[in-house]
Amino acid sequence: MAEARSAFDDLPGDLMIWVLIVSELLVFGAGLAAFLGVRITDPAGFAAAQDHLHRAAAGVNTVVLVTSGWLAALGAQAVEAGRLGRGRRFLAGATVLGALFLAIKAAEYGDMAAAGIGIETHAFFTFYYLVTGFHAAHVAAGIVVLPLVAARARAREVEAGVAFWHMVDLVWVLVFPVLYLLR
Amino acid sequence: MKYQSQKIALAYFLVAMALFAVQVTLGLVMGWVYVDGNFLSEILPFNIARMLHTNSLIVWLLLGFFGAAYYLIPEEAEREIHSTKLAWLQLAIFVLGTAGVVVTYLFNLFEGNFLLGKEGREFLEQPKWVKAGIVVAALIFLYNVSMTVLAGRKTAITNILLLGLWGLSLLFLFAFVNPSNLALDKMYWWYVVHLWVEGTWELVMASILAFLMLKLTGVDREVVEKWLYVIVAAALFSGILGTGHHYYWIGTPGYWQWIGSIFSSLEVVPFFAMMAFAFVMVWKGRRDHPNKAALLWSLGCATLAFFGAGVWGFLHTLHGVNYYTHGTQITAAHGHLAFFGAYVSLNLAIISYAMPVLKGRDPYNQVLNMASFWLMSGGMVFMTFTLTFAGTVQTHLQRVNGEAFMDVQDQLWIFYAMRFGSGVAVVLGVALFLYAILVPGKEIIEPGPLEQDRIAHDPDHVAAE
Ligand code: HEM
Ligand code: HEM
Ligand SMILES: [Fe+2]
Repeated sequence: MAEARSAFDDLPGDLMIWVLIVSELLVFGAGLAAFLGVRITDPAGFAAAQDHLHRAAAGVNTVVLVTSGWLAALGAQAVEAGRLGRGRRFLAGATVLGALFLAIKAAEYGDMAAAGIGIETHAFFTFYYLVTGFHAAHVAAGIVVLPLVAARARAREVEAGVAFWHMVDLVWVLVFPVLYLLR
Repeated sequence: MKYQSQKIALAYFLVAMALFAVQVTLGLVMGWVYVDGNFLSEILPFNIARMLHTNSLIVWLLLGFFGAAYYLIPEEAEREIHSTKLAWLQLAIFVLGTAGVVVTYLFNLFEGNFLLGKEGREFLEQPKWVKAGIVVAALIFLYNVSMTVLAGRKTAITNILLLGLWGLSLLFLFAFVNPSNLALDKMYWWYVVHLWVEGTWELVMASILAFLMLKLTGVDREVVEKWLYVIVAAALFSGILGTGHHYYWIGTPGYWQWIGSIFSSLEVVPFFAMMAFAFVMVWKGRRDHPNKAALLWSLGCATLAFFGAGVWGFLHTLHGVNYYTHGTQITAAHGHLAFFGAYVSLNLAIISYAMPVLKGRDPYNQVLNMASFWLMSGGMVFMTFTLTFAGTVQTHLQRVNGEAFMDVQDQLWIFYAMRFGSGVAVVLGVALFLYAILVPGKEIIEPGPLEQDRIAHDPDHVAAE
């Protein structure tokens, strides 16, 4: 029996990467929704806790990660066009910025730990550490994945790796305003 | 049957079905204890019967998985099993271990003995020597099937099946980790219990279902494999951190409440996908396979697993809900329908499919087998409802109003009486199933005019296999 061409075939990258991306978005979405829900029960406590965060560092990190995503997109374009060297350089740049993001994040965690703020300190920080920690783990994974796909420089794989990286980017752009800015 | 060594599956299925009969009979005994509290309290105390009920369940399900693996791996890998001797040895170890467990539980001969005494952790009560035997048997099995697959054709179905079987065997090693700190003890205990049924066993389930769909509907392998990978990815993504739904109140840190709630809610997805998969395959594929009973069990499996694990699991998985329902009859309702839908039905599906082939016959006793499906499943679903109502009332009286445990139990009697009734239906259904499978009718049913016409004129049509 001949299979009709299904919507699956038209997705860029591998089907699996899209399963992953949708799953991740559901998890982060649910995490942020739960955060907003619990926040209603204690607006003052959440606002006070939020003042302990480093808004400026997180703002810089947002720029870093978005730039990294832009470089990754250029890298994928270059590889697709067959310009492998150029593609690899862009992907390397994206990876380095990813590492910079983690370094800034680590400094932020260090400062908060020094101030005695842990995951059990307040419901706000439970969400803060869970969501940003889970996100940081994905940045770390991306730092491994990007060089791997860059080394082989096959368009399909690069596209999948970069799709993952855009997801990590997108999640941060959602997390940042909700956790750091929302009053 | 294309390969001689598939015959081993027959022995595994027979032992599995014998234990299945024992398991449900003990369930019925306990069901009566809930109606009349002193029933058999001297000869067969409730806790012993409970151990035998749950342990025989796990052992026969595993034997069924092994049998299924020995049946389908030769066909998928296109070669004989590496060693039939080892397969027999493995079965012998399991039978010996099971006998040892039964004797140890019933007579409690070695209370407190490090090696010989029972260990008293639900599902993992086996004495250490039996646990060691299980590991040895598992190693033999893994060696045997891995060698077969490595030397033969590799398909997505065998890859996922092996991944599941390796995973469940490795996780069983946590059965040996038993710290004296009760919170840690429970934490590791769930590595086995949860990561089995909501992780590795799901992979086994998906691959066996995929095999059945391939055979029963004749859909393209490529389509089946795509579904299989998506289901497996969804199962592992949600199931591993979903373990958190058991870490709400055992002394583990509070953040597990959010990890557990969020990830375990997503566990509904793979069970929904498996149900969608089964129905889409049947809808797209041929619908004229003569083994209608195997098809019914396959569809029933996917559907009841979605309701038992997916819907009844989600019912109490958010920590705000679980705070009230933890350890009530709601849990028992979910445990029964989930195990029955996902793993009991799965085994009965592959047994219904394989037995006629193993006996070299056309599918037999189809109507009896299908009747047993409706009786057993109907009984199980009714039991789930009675326990769910019992659990709802229990939660309110005990957890909200704060009444004493036994006072509440007295008020639940009517539900327990109805649960016993549904248990009778289940046991009758099991008896009917065993009869339909083990006692093939003498008469041979001639293909009807429609089927004869197809065999004669439709070159694509495959007759009974
Ligand atoms: C294939 C069918 C069955 C399966 C898969 C099954 C499975 C289970 C499982 C997993 C448990 C442990 C539940 C938990 O820890 O919450 C259990 C306990 C139990 N089962 Fe079954 N069972 C089956 C048939 C029956 C039947 C027919 C009865 C008879 C009415 C029955 C009565 C019980 C009872 C009374 C308990 C103990 C519950 C308690 O400790 O309060 N089961 N069964
Ligand atoms: C086929 C798959 C599954 C099986 C066989 C199964 C079986 C069981 C059993 C036997 C228990 C009782 C364990 C005990 O305390 O002794 C249990 C508990 C539980 N299950 Fe499942 N389950 C499955 C899937 C799921 C899914 C998908 C969810 C969530 C969506 C879920 C949620 C829960 C929860 C929250 C508990 C703890 C109940 C309590 O606090 O007392 N289960 N399950
Ligand atoms: Fe679980």
